[in-house]
Amino acid sequence: MTRTSAPVDAPGADAWEGLVTTALLGTDRRTPPGTAPGRDAPVALLDAAAVETVRRRAGLRPARAAERPQPAPEDARPALPPAAARRLAMLLADRPGPSGGGRRGAAPDLTELLPQWLAAANARGFAPPPQALPALLDAARGRTDLRPAALEFAGPRALWMARLNADWRFALRATPGGGAALPHLEDDDRVQQLWQEGLFAERVALLSALRSREPAAARDLLATTWATERAEDRLMFLDSLRAGLGPDDEPFLEQALADRGRNVRATAAELLSALPGSALAARMAVRAEACVAIDHLQTAQSPGTGLVSKGPGGTTKSTPTIAVEAPHECDPGMERDGVVAKAPAGRGERSWWLGQLVEAAPLGTWSRRLGGRTPREIVALPVADGWQGELHAAWCRAAVRQRDAEWSRALLGDPSAPEAGGPGAVSLAERAKLLGTLGAAERAAWVAGFIAAHGLSEAFQLLGVCAVPWTAPLGGAVVDALNIARDAGSYPWSFSGVMGLAERCLAPSEASRLDALLAVPDEPENASPGAGGYWAEAFQRLVTTLRLRAAMAEELGAA
Amino acid sequence: MTQQGVRWTADQVLALAPDAASRKAGSKLGAAGPWSEAGCADEGTVWGLCKGSGSKPYQTVVDIADAAGPAYKCSCPSRKFPCKHALGLLLLWAADEAAVPPGQVPPWAAQWTAGRRGRAEEKKAGDGSGAPSGSADPQAARRRAERRAERVTAGAVELEQRLVDLLRGGLATAEQAGYGLWEETAARMVDAQAQGLAGRVRELGAIPATGPGWPVRLLEECALLHLLGRGWLRRERLPDGLAATVRSRMGLPASADGPSLRDHWLVLAQYDTADPRLTTRRIWLHGAASHRTVLLLSYGAAGRAPELALPVGLSLEAEVSAYPGAGQPRVALGERFAPPAPAAIRPPGMTTSRAAARYGDALREDPWLESVPVTLDRVVPAPDGDSWQLADADEDAALPLTPTARSRPGLWRLVALSGGAPVRVFGECGHQGFTPLTAWPEGPGDAVALC
Repeated sequence: MTRTSAPVDAPGADAWEGLVTTALLGTDRRTPPGTAPGRDAPVALLDAAAVETVRRRAGLRPARAAERPQPAPEDARPALPPAAARRLAMLLADRPGPSGGGRRGAAPDLTELLPQWLAAANARGFAPPPQALPALLDAARGRTDLRPAALEFAGPRALWMARLNADWRFALRATPGGGAALPHLEDDDRVQQLWQEGLFAERVALLSALRSREPAAARDLLATTWATERAEDRLMFLDSLRAGLGPDDEPFLEQALADRGRNVRATAAELLSALPGSALAARMAVRAEACVAIDHLQTAQSPGTGLVSKGPGGTTKSTPTIAVEAPHECDPGMERDGVVAKAPAGRGERSWWLGQLVEAAPLGTWSRRLGGRTPREIVALPVADGWQGELHAAWCRAAVRQRDAEWSRALLGDPSAPEAGGPGAVSLAERAKLLGTLGAAERAAWVAGFIAAHGLSEAFQLLGVCAVPWTAPLGGAVVDALNIARDAGSYPWSFSGVMGLAERCLAPSEASRLDALLAVPDEPENASPGAGGYWAEAFQRLVTTLRLRAAMAEELGAA
Repeated sequence: MTQQGVRWTADQVLALAPDAASRKAGSKLGAAGPWSEAGCADEGTVWGLCKGSGSKPYQTVVDIADAAGPAYKCSCPSRKFPCKHALGLLLLWAADEAAVPPGQVPPWAAQWTAGRRGRAEEKKAGDGSGAPSGSADPQAARRRAERRAERVTAGAVELEQRLVDLLRGGLATAEQAGYGLWEETAARMVDAQAQGLAGRVRELGAIPATGPGWPVRLLEECALLHLLGRGWLRRERLPDGLAATVRSRMGLPASADGPSLRDHWLVLAQYDTADPRLTTRRIWLHGAASHRTVLLLSYGAAGRAPELALPVGLSLEAEVSAYPGAGQPRVALGERFAPPAPAAIRPPGMTTSRAAARYGDALREDPWLESVPVTLDRVVPAPDGDSWQLADADEDAALPLTPTARSRPGLWRLVALSGGAPVRVFGECGHQGFTPLTAWPEGPGDAVALC
């Protein structure tokens, strides 16, 4: 506020200054303006100051307005339903407690539910209540895992806020283009201009946005400046072609195979090998085929895996076996097609090259090469001389890269097979990736079968790739396995990872099935002391969390 | 009379929590999981059984329709009040109609509510009939009051002497003298039973450390203290209203004996300030018919929230009566005719110029007034260097925010709510600037608490 302009007969600002100066120095050293020196001078000064103080306060007037901020951009999304808005406020008010251990009590962990809530709200396209933005930005600031979803939900007004508060600057950095809106992709001139003049992040954002709409247009745009881009930038731009990759991209990628940058070449080769019809894939197929063959003369190594030959010989005891002859050199042609010549420390060069060739060869090659067998039959064939691990691992990578469900299924094998629980030719990590190529229902069914046969101790990674909420068979398998673990008498925090996943992923409708598990059971003789109570508490938290999630979904209208 | 009406919002329930930990714990219990046999009845009782770690569930019951504010009873051993179970139950009631359906009050809950209400009725009847308690001997009471006035007078005289000494030597010496001088003086004022003087003196001690401009602020406060002391010494010659103001500023006890005013009171703001001994809760109310803005003060011992809790956005029909003193906004809450219920009404607003003039006018009745409650209409929060101001949307005028307001998280809620567009803001407007307490968006939307 500013002081008012004083009335004509008032002592005014000078008088007040005089009073302050006198008060600072003391009346012994200075006489207050307009009074006699002596004993009463301090009282006179206080009297005058009191009048002035009240006068100054009573005369306060508003200040001149500073420059007002530009209004925040419009958020066209519909507002959250009131109940959902209250839920959001509650989720944001909850901060992770100091306790880190497995014993977490019976109350749900609200912070764990925030990502799910945000995903649901984003899926429904709701806008947040503006007053929730500060808490939302603070949450996104503290948890990088929340950032993309939180900022998407927070919307344009959050970026407007981020320009006003240095604590939230991260939001400008985290949003492609620093929060600057992308031009309409139909606006060719603006697109060209941003592509020519924009910052790197803006250009990546532009290319990705264009690619997701019109793959060819994005590629053409990239081609206009390709020759002049720096190597690191070329790598990033090339990588954005991964989205919507198609046969049309082959000529451009072939050209990139001759790039100056080694990483650019490798990426181009990787993308081409994911196109089974590409010339590169065909070249790799020829090379890989030269290394892998059926050897009918080999006798079965172990009777257990013995498949009786159905070959023309018919009667021999010998079993068709895959023989592997790894490449003896990495020629310039292979290098040009993206094969990395130098093996990492501890790996043999020849097996290293073999792995790359098989990984990049189209999987369709193998049926033709190996006697018209189906993927399942091929995977079941014994492999001579200990090459099975190398060969199957390369097929796994190829199945993931080419998103080939049939090969994935073959390599995954039967979930209840003893080797599925490891150690087998295909590791759990590879199985998790293979599962990613299957449809959600099939994926869940496989993992359910795995858990039924092998329990929960190895299941964490596999559960992580299953769609949320879990299907009924998968949820049932997890609950049954937890129940078995409880009856075995161990403590629940040995399963806190799976328990935490279950809280987030189990379908809320499963809550009623858990009611029977809420009671504290009688302790079996060999059980860990008090385990039953902790299990009841853990199931209590699970049920409470599921009910909460059901309420959350209902509030968001996403029943 | 006590229709339960609309269920509260979660924010309103959470405003009852005594501390942040209870808020958090209560939030977690606000889901159907641990609750069973929960229900609510029209006369304002909410009950439920909450499964805890023990074998027997806790019995929790809340009487939200009580005239003296919500009352709680829970069989848990917590000493928090209300406990997390009561908060959780109310949250569940607020959020989930199916989980807390209307029903018949179970005997264990009915017994408690009946007992409470019976006692409350008795108390009310007792208050109404007999003479005010403690004044059995009016003569003795008068003698006590006279003795106290003498001691306060002695305190005022002593303080006046100390101020004179200070001004004779100069305020510059006060900076070196530091805190001790003022603490000792404040202790003398406590001995003299002049709590109002003691509080102001203690604040004087902190001024030299407040940065540039401190001599001006110190002189202002010394002068107002001097004015208060002189006002006390000459209180017989002051108009009645001003004399009452001086008495209350000196810290003398007074009772709210003003005429009672019945209205629908909208809860504008509720916030606590705490010092090591005492938590003070301020609740601002706005009368829908009377257009009066009044203040309820309540106190809690250190670390304990005052019992009276009125969440922002609710409205209650009640009688209030004013404390003595001209222009004083403080009232006491009298009879309540209906429990608080959500209300969509908003107080009418004014421009920043009118708000500043309102403060100037109020100083006439009470020169010691720090601020007045006002609602600003159509203002835009705007950054102003390191600070912020509320600028009129339609004219070139603005009120700066007080230092307190600038450091509160509520500032950012206000900025977010506005998004550069005009909003309506209730707050306290005084010589230090404006402290926003509650805001409403220009369009439809609930009140947003900023404190």
